[in-house]
Amino acid sequence: MSVSVKINDLVIRFATVNGTGSASANNMFAKAVMRMGVPVTPKNIFPSNIQGLPTWYEVRVSEQGYLGRRDGIDLMVAVNAQSMKRDIDDVREGGYLVFDSTKQLYEELIRDDIHYIGIPMMKLSMENFSDARVHQLMKNVIYVGGLCGLLGMEIEVFEKLIHEQFAKKEKLIPGNIKALHLGFEYVSEHFVCPLSIRIERRDLIGNRILTDGNNACGLAAMFAGATVGSWYPITPSTSLMNAFEKWCNKYRIAEDGKKNFAIVQAEDELAAIGMVLGASWNGARAFTSTSGPGVSLMSEFLGLSYFAEIPAVLIDVQRSGPSTGMPTRTQQSDILSAAYASHGDTKHILLLPSTPTECFEMTLDAFDLAEYFQTAVIMLTDLDLGMNDHLTDPFEWDESRVYNRGKVMTAKDLEEVKVWGRYLDIDGDGIPYRTIPGTHPEKGSFFTRGSSHDPMAAYTEDGDIYAEGMQRLLLKWETIKTKVPKPEIVRFDESIKEAIVFFGTSTYSAEESLKLLQDAGIQLNAMRLRSFPFSHEVIEFINKHDVIYLIEQNRDAQMRSLFMIENDIPPTKLKKVLQINGMPITAKYISDSIINLKNN
Amino acid sequence: MTYARPSFRNPDIPKNRIGRSRREYEGTISTLCAGCGHDSISGAIVQACFEMGIEPHHLAKLSGIGCSSKTPAYFVGKSHGFNSVHGRMPSVATGAVMANKNLIYIGVSGDGDTASIGMGQFVHAIRRNLNILYIVMNNGCYGLTKGQDSATADEGSINKSGVENQFQGIDLCGLGLELGATLVARSFSGDKTQLIPLIKAGLKHPGFALLDVISPCVTFNNNAGSTKSYDYMREHMEATSAIDLVPFKEEILHQQETGTTKYIPLHDDSIIKVNKLAADWNPLNKLSATNKLADSKSKGEILTGLIYVDDQSKDLHAILNTTNTPLNQLVQSQLTPSKEVLVKINAGYR
Repeated sequence: MSVSVKINDLVIRFATVNGTGSASANNMFAKAVMRMGVPVTPKNIFPSNIQGLPTWYEVRVSEQGYLGRRDGIDLMVAVNAQSMKRDIDDVREGGYLVFDSTKQLYEELIRDDIHYIGIPMMKLSMENFSDARVHQLMKNVIYVGGLCGLLGMEIEVFEKLIHEQFAKKEKLIPGNIKALHLGFEYVSEHFVCPLSIRIERRDLIGNRILTDGNNACGLAAMFAGATVGSWYPITPSTSLMNAFEKWCNKYRIAEDGKKNFAIVQAEDELAAIGMVLGASWNGARAFTSTSGPGVSLMSEFLGLSYFAEIPAVLIDVQRSGPSTGMPTRTQQSDILSAAYASHGDTKHILLLPSTPTECFEMTLDAFDLAEYFQTAVIMLTDLDLGMNDHLTDPFEWDESRVYNRGKVMTAKDLEEVKVWGRYLDIDGDGIPYRTIPGTHPEKGSFFTRGSSHDPMAAYTEDGDIYAEGMQRLLLKWETIKTKVPKPEIVRFDESIKEAIVFFGTSTYSAEESLKLLQDAGIQLNAMRLRSFPFSHEVIEFINKHDVIYLIEQNRDAQMRSLFMIENDIPPTKLKKVLQINGMPITAKYISDSIINLKNN
Repeated sequence: MTYARPSFRNPDIPKNRIGRSRREYEGTISTLCAGCGHDSISGAIVQACFEMGIEPHHLAKLSGIGCSSKTPAYFVGKSHGFNSVHGRMPSVATGAVMANKNLIYIGVSGDGDTASIGMGQFVHAIRRNLNILYIVMNNGCYGLTKGQDSATADEGSINKSGVENQFQGIDLCGLGLELGATLVARSFSGDKTQLIPLIKAGLKHPGFALLDVISPCVTFNNNAGSTKSYDYMREHMEATSAIDLVPFKEEILHQQETGTTKYIPLHDDSIIKVNKLAADWNPLNKLSATNKLADSKSKGEILTGLIYVDDQSKDLHAILNTTNTPLNQLVQSQLTPSKEVLVKINAGYR
């Protein structure tokens, strides 16, 4: 067994049972790592269930600042009998298993190449706390205290977190502090602490924050001036509208106590997007959030948004499909269904954030883009980004930023203009001028419809007029390409003719893979996509390379299809690096795949 | 358009309280079949809006898909209209109402649009008590696809091809009552005297007003044996009452309620005056309304008129406790917190 000391470079996994209160104890652990100044990446791996099934919480600690998932469990806290066998198997050779030694481990669970650290968690809990209800909760805090001792962490950091967590329920503080010390003292007495894997204080966090993408989107929707939210509950997007509601209840209450917002939980996703269209048509900023199955249901309305030119903001927190798929696992597999949602010739703007900070910024952009271009804007996040905490730059609001409501005719505009037609392209950019109901007593009213219409919004079955309208929408699409978020050119060296291209939550691991590949003697350029349609800069980067390794978390290389369909990029040039197991992609997976592709 | 309206205007034409003539409430020429019940309903809407003196731009018209859903183009042309997707008008209307509580909303749907493809949305719009007049132009068949039975076609009704409908018909008024619609009424496109006051009451009512209007399809469902034909309706209509919308309370405050006359005050200054024709019925009592509806049905009659009204209706905005200013008129300074707020929020995540 290896005895070399590893500082601030480890992966810890907590194997627990959902519904037992372990989540808050696990979160406290991750936050403590951050408070000690060391970059941390927690991931929840949970079942589609309320209570009783296995759930895992994985924490990567990386002094080098890598924020992607990493395989190879250095330490497993195994407190779930159901998954114990598999959990023990997952520990790397030479790693540690922390278990509840209240009951003895079965012989078959003993591996001779890992370390076993038994803490009588339930026994300690039962001896020290009288209420049966709290035994389970305190057991969680006991193992956190144990980890604090085993990893050489500062117990004061945990104590402070407990005080903060229970600031409003002070009577719970002493019990939690006691449990923390029970675990800490037990390991200090029974084991050589710290272990060979340790967490030491650094100053590597800067002003970064730890939060999730759904919260960032909900918060940004409030800053963006959204007043109408409609949604249908679906994992993993549910906490997004909850966040919007929470922030609005805090900062959107008028002086008379009434609400400057309205949220309706719809009867289904069709109704949720229908409400968004109705509200947007009526001049409010409105949005909905959903996941893949919801996008399928919303498709018909997305076509109406496209054709009748009604703004809509939709945030799709992707999960593993198809059909119900793996509802609590991540994936990037709604790209095609979102880009071309609905029958007929339709296409939609996609925004592709990769961090909670970018979720915040792109949500602000989504409302501006939707109103400016009078069309649906679909932001594609995923379960990993939406529901897991990420170490991310702080949210920023530029006070000089003004909502871009786009081309909206005021009553005065309508008075002054000689001819107004809802679908007239006055500026030659494909974007017409719209009116909001109630603006003017005589002018500006029209009949919004999803049936074919002429530039004056009148119904027409004249094929030429219809075709002209469809071509104008294409012209608008060209204008859109100049206004969507630009890609991030992560690395560009003209002498290098191969590059990786990635987006969303593959980002951390893709960037880390550059280092792994470099170690293997492979130099690659790198670009991060941030939106669809592809802007000129994206295509220019692609064209400067002979081979592109396109990294995606889906089976069918959906982003690759978009490059082929929209920009005629030859398929042979676009090599597929795909992961579909529902777990966030790792750097090693990416570098191994690329090395494989190069060797074949 | 093949037809054009004459541009001649009689200068002595009557004007309403805001100085507009009835012509200003018309829309484009209808493209529905000659004699379609829907055109009569459009005409009744025009008349009601004219008589009430509604500012056309304060009215918003929403519809789904089907013959009925085309009609918003044929009335009040100076209003904004939204012809949405099949069966989904209720959600679009919900969003619109959420965005601007100050407009007056008419939702127009058909029996296919409401009772089949749109049943889910219809049901939930009622539950939320949107402030809207929801008119179902109910002809018991699918006109645009050439006359298939709809979900409101009565069991035993015979369609144009001579085929008898084998399935139970959905009674939208009974359903509306069950779901908690705060105004439920039924009328007949051929009876404007009854229809116009009901439209007015529905427009004034602060909540979901369901108006189920039997509107014969002259092309596909006006044959002998159909229970939604002009002849059948004329023979089987039973009215609860003759109602009138009185715009100002003061005018009738001195009048006494009698055994047959009832005054139902609305949230503004208007009152619904009900002259009861059915003795055993109280429009403010849901049980009484439900019984009356069932009673008529058992006798093979089609109950029309005001069936139920909740004079304590609390609409969606009241339930959500939204601010008095329409949400679409709030400005950035009212919606976006300061930069300092964000600094504070960030600090909470460290």
